Amino acid sequence: MDALFLAEVMLAGIGSGALYALTGVAFVLIYKATRVVNLAIGEILMLGGYAFLGFAAGLGLPAIAALVLAVVTGGLLGWLVERSLIRPMLGESPISVFMVTIGLGSILVGLVQLGWGADPLRLPEFMPATPVFIGDAYLAPKVAVGFVAAAVVIAAFLALFRFSRSGVALKATAGDQGAAYSVGIDVPRVFSAAWILACATAAGAGVLVGAIGGISPTMGVFGLSVLVVVIIGGLDSIAGALVGGLLIGLVEALAGAFLGGEYKLVVTFTLLLLLLMVRPYGLFGTHEIERL
Amino acid sequence: MRIGTLKTSYAADEALFDTALQRGLLVALLVAAVVFPFVASPYWLFLACLCAINVASATGLNLLTGYTGLVSLGQAAFMSVGAYTVAVLEIRLGTPFALNLLIGAGLAAAIGILVGIPSLRVKGLYLAIATIAASVILHFLFSHWTLTGEARGLSMPPARLFGIAIDQPFSLYWLIMPVTMLMVLGAANLLRTRIGRAFIAVRDRDISAEVLGIPLLRTKLTSFAISSFYAGLAGGLWAYFFRVVTPESFPLDNSIFYLAAIIVGGMGTILGGILGAVFMTLVPELLKFGANWLTPIYPDALSALAPVRTIVFGALIVGFLIFEPRGLVEIWVRIRRFFHLWPFRT
Amino acid sequence: MRLAGRDPILEVERVELRFGGVKALSQVSFSVPEGSITAVIGPNGAGKTSLFNTISGFYRPQAGTIRFAGETLDGVAAPERAARGLARTFQNIALFRGMTVLDNIKLGRHAHMRTNLLDALVYWGRARREEMELRAEVEERIIDFLEIQHIRHAAVGTLAYGLQKRVELARALAMRPRILMLDEPVAGMNREETEDMARFILDVKEEWGTTILMVEHDMGMVMDISDHVVVLNFGQVIASGEPRAVQSDEAVIAAYLGAGDVGEIARRIRADAA
Repeated sequence: MDALFLAEVMLAGIGSGALYALTGVAFVLIYKATRVVNLAIGEILMLGGYAFLGFAAGLGLPAIAALVLAVVTGGLLGWLVERSLIRPMLGESPISVFMVTIGLGSILVGLVQLGWGADPLRLPEFMPATPVFIGDAYLAPKVAVGFVAAAVVIAAFLALFRFSRSGVALKATAGDQGAAYSVGIDVPRVFSAAWILACATAAGAGVLVGAIGGISPTMGVFGLSVLVVVIIGGLDSIAGALVGGLLIGLVEALAGAFLGGEYKLVVTFTLLLLLLMVRPYGLFGTHEIERL
Repeated sequence: MRIGTLKTSYAADEALFDTALQRGLLVALLVAAVVFPFVASPYWLFLACLCAINVASATGLNLLTGYTGLVSLGQAAFMSVGAYTVAVLEIRLGTPFALNLLIGAGLAAAIGILVGIPSLRVKGLYLAIATIAASVILHFLFSHWTLTGEARGLSMPPARLFGIAIDQPFSLYWLIMPVTMLMVLGAANLLRTRIGRAFIAVRDRDISAEVLGIPLLRTKLTSFAISSFYAGLAGGLWAYFFRVVTPESFPLDNSIFYLAAIIVGGMGTILGGILGAVFMTLVPELLKFGANWLTPIYPDALSALAPVRTIVFGALIVGFLIFEPRGLVEIWVRIRRFFHLWPFRT
Repeated sequence: MRLAGRDPILEVERVELRFGGVKALSQVSFSVPEGSITAVIGPNGAGKTSLFNTISGFYRPQAGTIRFAGETLDGVAAPERAARGLARTFQNIALFRGMTVLDNIKLGRHAHMRTNLLDALVYWGRARREEMELRAEVEERIIDFLEIQHIRHAAVGTLAYGLQKRVELARALAMRPRILMLDEPVAGMNREETEDMARFILDVKEEWGTTILMVEHDMGMVMDISDHVVVLNFGQVIASGEPRAVQSDEAVIAAYLGAGDVGEIARRIRADAA
């Protein structure tokens, strides 16, 4: 086997894995803070891509402004969704809440189709086109930019959780909502903040994903891979999202290169099933002790 | 106003339809179901068949998700197992349709059990994702296997009874409607025995259920088996109804559709599964009527139909969960209570 | 009336249960004479509920044996233990909220019924017969006995606490118990409800001949109705015997009032740590 080819495939895999990890972190953030499994994360990501298109191509704004506005749109959407759909469901069964997010995903897909049609679209070019070489291995410049951007945002998140007051509030809320509330942490604000941050992140990731592969209303399937990522990592583990993201990125790239594109999903899901048999709570997830 | 139910035997108190009014309604419905195909247009017969198939599958999912508390996003995939089995048997062997349906349902049940095995250790969302994984794997299998026609899928001959082809909405109605009714009756029966009680016990408090003598794994697998049996049977009916089965016939969206149907109808009630499946099947048609009606005023109405359907589908799920979490069945219960108490008000 | 026999129906022998480094039960041994009312008492955290959960098969002990009716329960799963006649109630009521009182009670019989999936779907023959027999028995032997006719069709969630406890007892009785394990049957009840429950427990023993093992904090009731008392403290049996004898045992008094001897506590902690 050609070692250079293998290296290039793996590099591409790590590049897309970084985007999975980024979206995975957004997913885990919401789960940690609110215990909501947000199946609409893929659709929010898609909306980010379309918002960028709207601001950049529709309104003719410069790329950087469009990117910022797309991220802000994602944040606004997160705030709106938390306030109007998630908060009324407080205390309902987890199944109901996750169905609400499925419904939300469907609404977003419909809205995007209504506005931009069902066909795939390309985002205006805004990334450098100089090829990147790591050793001899070629890496598509967009993928490299995506990787760097994802790494920076994830690092910022990790620093935020570790060193800031809001990070502590988030951890406390994740541990025990009632207890956090009673020691004076503004739990509803933590909820809002988590949704705003996560959806803004997902929208930003959507711009990166869209810049690499184009956008379409079915782009939400990206969320399916993200779901695999967070399940493998463990729903409530940020480290798990990172490892899972890179792992799934690699596996998909290798499966795509050596077996064919249609094998990507089936390979990752088979891996997922096998892992669940051995570790039902993912690699890094918390196993909750059962009591009578 | 109803002042009491005066039963003189335990059997009367345990009956499915325990008042004269309910039994009267039931007879009226049965008569309507018999008369319907003679007065309805083929379009309405087509819709009735589609509703019935969806009711059958949703009822199966309701046993698993509504009663046993195990969320599955694999109902459509289990249907595809039934549909493909029926198609292959019909094309290759030409065996009688009743046998094909049973084999398809049995195979779906076997795969359901296999998928259900992780359910002892894997819970909630993790289990839902495991069922998605099973769907992805089945989809891959069907789209790559020569026996199932790979990506092109299979076209099959119609079911035959005494040499007569069952290929018109009228004759299909007589195949599909009775089978669905029997399936619903079976589910209702199941729920008044020890098996139904065990399902609910596992849903409500699975750990204490075990100490009370209910084997968890066996109960969960029974639930998976019966639910995917129903899906397989519904899928088989679907195959005879459309006579073309492709890998895209049963996408993940359909699994979400059935979950949405039982939510909108009312999880954990038989009536809820029926109401939800019928309602969710008819809404897109209703929207089509609306679009046709709007076209003279707003020429683009028909092209906006697909996205609007998607939006309405999502909005119905969200709306019901937030405003009427117990679904259509709760509205029905309120209406009934009103008449029970009439002329007084609650 | 049959005397409280000397034959033990339940024997717990040197049972050890640890959660990580925490010892919940250490070297616990006692036996329950058939036909008796045996009470397990002890301060909070003494390991009483852990003991019950171990006997039910919910926890697996690291060492020791439990024998029921002469047969070992080692490696026997919880549902099978229930089928053999170990019935119980729970400290925090564990009724199924999605079912009526009647269905909750009927559920207790699960392990003794034979209806299979096919019978159930057609509800004819065996399924129907079994259900009707069960209904009649539940009505005539249990619901009448516990005086809960008026709530049989009620949803359990709407019931008052005392009634919920009674429904739990009813469900345990439907399990055809050979031994009935009651985890704090009168906790949180007022005087009147407590007296009712004590009467039911005595009646179960007299009329059904069922052995009763209970965990209870209400000393008055324990001393009134039990034949045999086992005292647990820090996961160890510190006394057992007739109620009157246990009541005056010094170790028991120390456990409840706090030991005066600091050295003794220190020694015990060191022994635990070793």
